[in-house]
Amino acid sequence: MNELIPNLETDGLEPAKGLFRERWDILKRNRMAYASYWFLISMFGLAILGKVLTQTVVMFDPKVVRLSEKFLPPLTPFTSTLTPEEDSPALGVYLLGTDELGRDVFARMLEGTFVSLTVGFVAVGISLTVGIFIGGLAGFYGRVKLGFITVDTLLMRFVDIILCFPTFFLILTVVALLPPSIYNIMIVIGLTSWMGTARFVRAEFLSLRDQDFVVAARSQAIPEWRIIFIHMVPNAIAPVLVSATIGVATAILTESALSFLGFGVQPPDATWGNILADGKTFLFDAPWLTFIPGFTILFVVLAFNLCGEGLREAFNPKLRSTP
Amino acid sequence: MINFILRNIWQRIILLIFISIISHAIVHLAPGEPALVDPSNPRMKAEDIQRIRASFHLDEPLHIQYIYWVKDLASGELKSFKDNQPVVNKIWERFLNSLPLFLIGTMITWFLAFPVGIQAALNRDSIFDRSSTFFSYALISIPGFFLSYLCIIFVVKTFDVPVIGMQTFGLEEAPLLLRYMDRVWHLTIPALMSAIAGTAILSRYVRSQMLEVIHQDYIRTARAKGLPEDEVIYHHGLRNALLPFITMFGLTIPGLIGGSVIFETIFAWPGMGRLGYEAIMARDFPIILTLNFFSAILVLLGTLVSDILYAVADPRIKF
Repeated sequence: MNELIPNLETDGLEPAKGLFRERWDILKRNRMAYASYWFLISMFGLAILGKVLTQTVVMFDPKVVRLSEKFLPPLTPFTSTLTPEEDSPALGVYLLGTDELGRDVFARMLEGTFVSLTVGFVAVGISLTVGIFIGGLAGFYGRVKLGFITVDTLLMRFVDIILCFPTFFLILTVVALLPPSIYNIMIVIGLTSWMGTARFVRAEFLSLRDQDFVVAARSQAIPEWRIIFIHMVPNAIAPVLVSATIGVATAILTESALSFLGFGVQPPDATWGNILADGKTFLFDAPWLTFIPGFTILFVVLAFNLCGEGLREAFNPKLRSTP
Repeated sequence: MINFILRNIWQRIILLIFISIISHAIVHLAPGEPALVDPSNPRMKAEDIQRIRASFHLDEPLHIQYIYWVKDLASGELKSFKDNQPVVNKIWERFLNSLPLFLIGTMITWFLAFPVGIQAALNRDSIFDRSSTFFSYALISIPGFFLSYLCIIFVVKTFDVPVIGMQTFGLEEAPLLLRYMDRVWHLTIPALMSAIAGTAILSRYVRSQMLEVIHQDYIRTARAKGLPEDEVIYHHGLRNALLPFITMFGLTIPGLIGGSVIFETIFAWPGMGRLGYEAIMARDFPIILTLNFFSAILVLLGTLVSDILYAVADPRIKF
């Protein structure tokens, strides 16, 4: 027995690359997805940097109002004599211009980066949690009978009911009726987008629950919550995470659409969505107020979509173009 | 077959009842109510609020309110809180406005998405395929209202045509042709804008469906028989690739309400989405509820139609 084990290793039975390593290499071959990935990473860095800078450094304070400095185009140097020196923007230049209250658009965009990405990620986090919970319940305890219907029927009919609501209309109803707050928006977007995840997880669980490793775990009397969360969820999670990438993109777009109707994140908090929605009033006088947030949203959402699609291809061998 | 349809309808009616109960609960349990829309109005006295609440049955328990709503809806006497107009008439009027927008949007979507998707699938990894993929992602990623604004400015500046609203103000007396042209302009731009995201998504689906079908054995057989390439692609390939789109077509029907809020607001188009938006702003519960109910009916009708069509089109499906 002792002699066998080193033999196994020298026979090269270990996979040459781990699963994630292999998938990663496939992703790298898709140049657009790989570029988007790095773009997003730098965006996260920028978001955290922006959060720190806007909170601590006065030069980056997005809330400073300079009424004498309204509607300055991008790259205008700070020359005003009316505004106190300590209110001057970073580097003495309005990198992205100023808005209708003379606030530095660059500082607002920096702040908005953090808020927008947070809205996207928290909303998706909520939708994943609910989706995995409901889907896992329906998949794992699907055969358990409650009275005359099974758990699976009950939960999946519930999902069907929620799917029948027009999502954006539902979000609008709830957001308009609730007091406006950034948390409500994240929660509402999250709670109206979990249905896809639930269906996905259920389908994965249905195929997983009779597989040998689950049966083995059951035979060892491992508690059921451990089987579900430690043994089964990691096996079902990869495709779910891939669609979550695209979910973040959708959440950012939904937030900007809500902002457009006036129900988004409220001032003084800045998000890309509400900078864009505020800027549209001054489209002719100050086009940069529309174009800068508009194109930022476009690029970031595009990067999320391309990255998600690249991941999907990497994790689903059927979709790959070159084997 | 009849059995299958009846069973499906029966299941959907039960779903509909649950949907109406849940939406009723959501709307009524959420904070904010009609009497509080305008709290600063000095002419609103406490007794007025009481009177309004009583006449709208807002003091009754929730389940009684639900029964009132169902009863009024069934008898057609459901009145809007805001202007006391019958809700069904109001929605019907807006529905007739939304319909042309929806139809033209759907037509643009389907007539654009299929050729693009098929071309992309046939020339896989070509420049056309790559660029159409990139453009469809870009079009999905752009916020709809941002693109619409750019488009409005472009159209107004280049062609000198106003595109907001259903028709240009003051053209009521103009010659028929002019009025007709005006209407076409006003209809095309919003329809195009609302069709863009759908086109991008649908063309991706068409592409992946075609790719899957093209590698099937029966396509190879058709080629081996020596059939012309066009016949192989459009007769043997496309017909089989079309099946899943029956489902998709059913699912586009609810877009009549939900998908149109933004675009109808931008283009000041008096359709159902805007009606819903205005109703939400005014806490006009009967209209919100009834719109929700109608859109649920549309969703269920869409899935029902697609289920039946699917069963008709695919002989492999047994009842």
